[in-house]
Amino acid sequence: MTTRYTKDHEWIRLDGDVATVGISDYAQSQLGDVVFVDLPAPGKTVAAGAEVAVVESVKAASEVYAPASGEVVESNQAIADDPALVNRAAQTEGWFVKLKLSNKTELDALMDQAAYDAYLKTL
Amino acid sequence: MGDTENLNVTPLNALHRELGARMVPFAGYDMPVQYPTGILTEHKHTRAAAGLFDVSHMGQVKITGADPAKALEALVPGDIVALDVGKMRYTLFTNDAAGILDDLMVNKRDRDLFVIVNAACKEQDIAHMRSHLKGCEVEYLEDRALLALQGPAAVDVLSRLNSVMPAMSFGMGATLALGKYEAFVTRSGYTGEDGFEISLAADQAEEFARWLLSQPEVKPIGLGARDSLRLEAGLCLYGHDIDTTTTPIEAGLAWTISKRRREEGGYPGAAVVQKQLKDGVSRKRVGIQPEGRAPAREGTEILNDKGEKIGVITSGGFGPSVDAPVAMGYVASDYAKAGTPLSLMVRGKPLPARTCTLPFITKRYAK
Repeated sequence: MTTRYTKDHEWIRLDGDVATVGISDYAQSQLGDVVFVDLPAPGKTVAAGAEVAVVESVKAASEVYAPASGEVVESNQAIADDPALVNRAAQTEGWFVKLKLSNKTELDALMDQAAYDAYLKTL
Repeated sequence: MGDTENLNVTPLNALHRELGARMVPFAGYDMPVQYPTGILTEHKHTRAAAGLFDVSHMGQVKITGADPAKALEALVPGDIVALDVGKMRYTLFTNDAAGILDDLMVNKRDRDLFVIVNAACKEQDIAHMRSHLKGCEVEYLEDRALLALQGPAAVDVLSRLNSVMPAMSFGMGATLALGKYEAFVTRSGYTGEDGFEISLAADQAEEFARWLLSQPEVKPIGLGARDSLRLEAGLCLYGHDIDTTTTPIEAGLAWTISKRRREEGGYPGAAVVQKQLKDGVSRKRVGIQPEGRAPAREGTEILNDKGEKIGVITSGGFGPSVDAPVAMGYVASDYAKAGTPLSLMVRGKPLPARTCTLPFITKRYAK
């Protein structure tokens, strides 16, 4: 299960047909304290690059974009109940949605861990 | 990330960086928005103990002359003449339409007025005062830093440097020795808590700030928590909750205009203010309490129960001490009564909310 990243700091990890999506640890550190998440209802379809959720810190609201196209099969109720979980565990328990991907090859265009680490160094 | 090359810096810039602050451009200055602990922790620390804020970007101005209080009254609706020496007053620069050009604190001292204006407005404010304050000299005190120490422990911390501190009441100001530093200190602030604002020589500011931070109650606080603290306290942020399109009456700031000044006028826009005091206003600034957990940010449209737009949010976010979203904004006067149900259009969805009285927290100013 390889984790891939977007330039907007979402991560995506495929397990079978279903991919888990969240924001990177870098993203949560830049946002600061997360106080609210707006999550999509299951069944919603999203295109790669389209807004799939919203994450709000004390300061501001930020969009979370779908790294790949698909249908939302689950949203993470744990972060709705406890938004700070996104800060504590952005790349594990603090995931946002699970997507049933419509085109797995879209993942090939995303960065792997080494490429993302290199990208962060350029920011 | 913004272009930081042309930004001004405060005397504490190096200290902010050393403390690990995230720096952002604000009003032309390179300022700390938060330190590593984050806005929530900084906010709560300020209400529990004491927070140190660098507000050196704000404009500190000294007005001298034969009667600077009388002269300043030509530009502001506040009663400056009746202000006692050693006291401070919140007032507004208004234009001929009673729009608000800036808000400011005026301290009356023995031989001058000491005025603090917003960073983003200070150049225009100073030019405005210089062109209108007849017989007065308006001196911009560029060599002064301004620090705010806010929170219930602030008085204990400063008492270690001067035992007179507990005797100052809120809204008082005095030139004092704080240990080896001479400072003009007011018991005031922008958080809803007890606290002090300390004006001192720029070249002493870092050393003084380091001493404050060495005290166990004191932590550095950035602009992020400054904003959430003042929003919970129901205090206006210039350029957001008040500006040239809002009047003091619409903004709920009639309390800043004394009986004498309401009757006599003599400031820009006085006729508009008098008319609004007599006939009422079509919209009012109110507190807004969203009912769910979603914050409603500045610019959010406010709707009535028929789905008609009746106002807009001017400040909104999450209130860490309230532990809920909080906001303020302007609504048509028919909807201004506390408890009126409203909807807030957040990302295309109407979210339930109610108007409420400000502040969101109980202010704890020293008597």
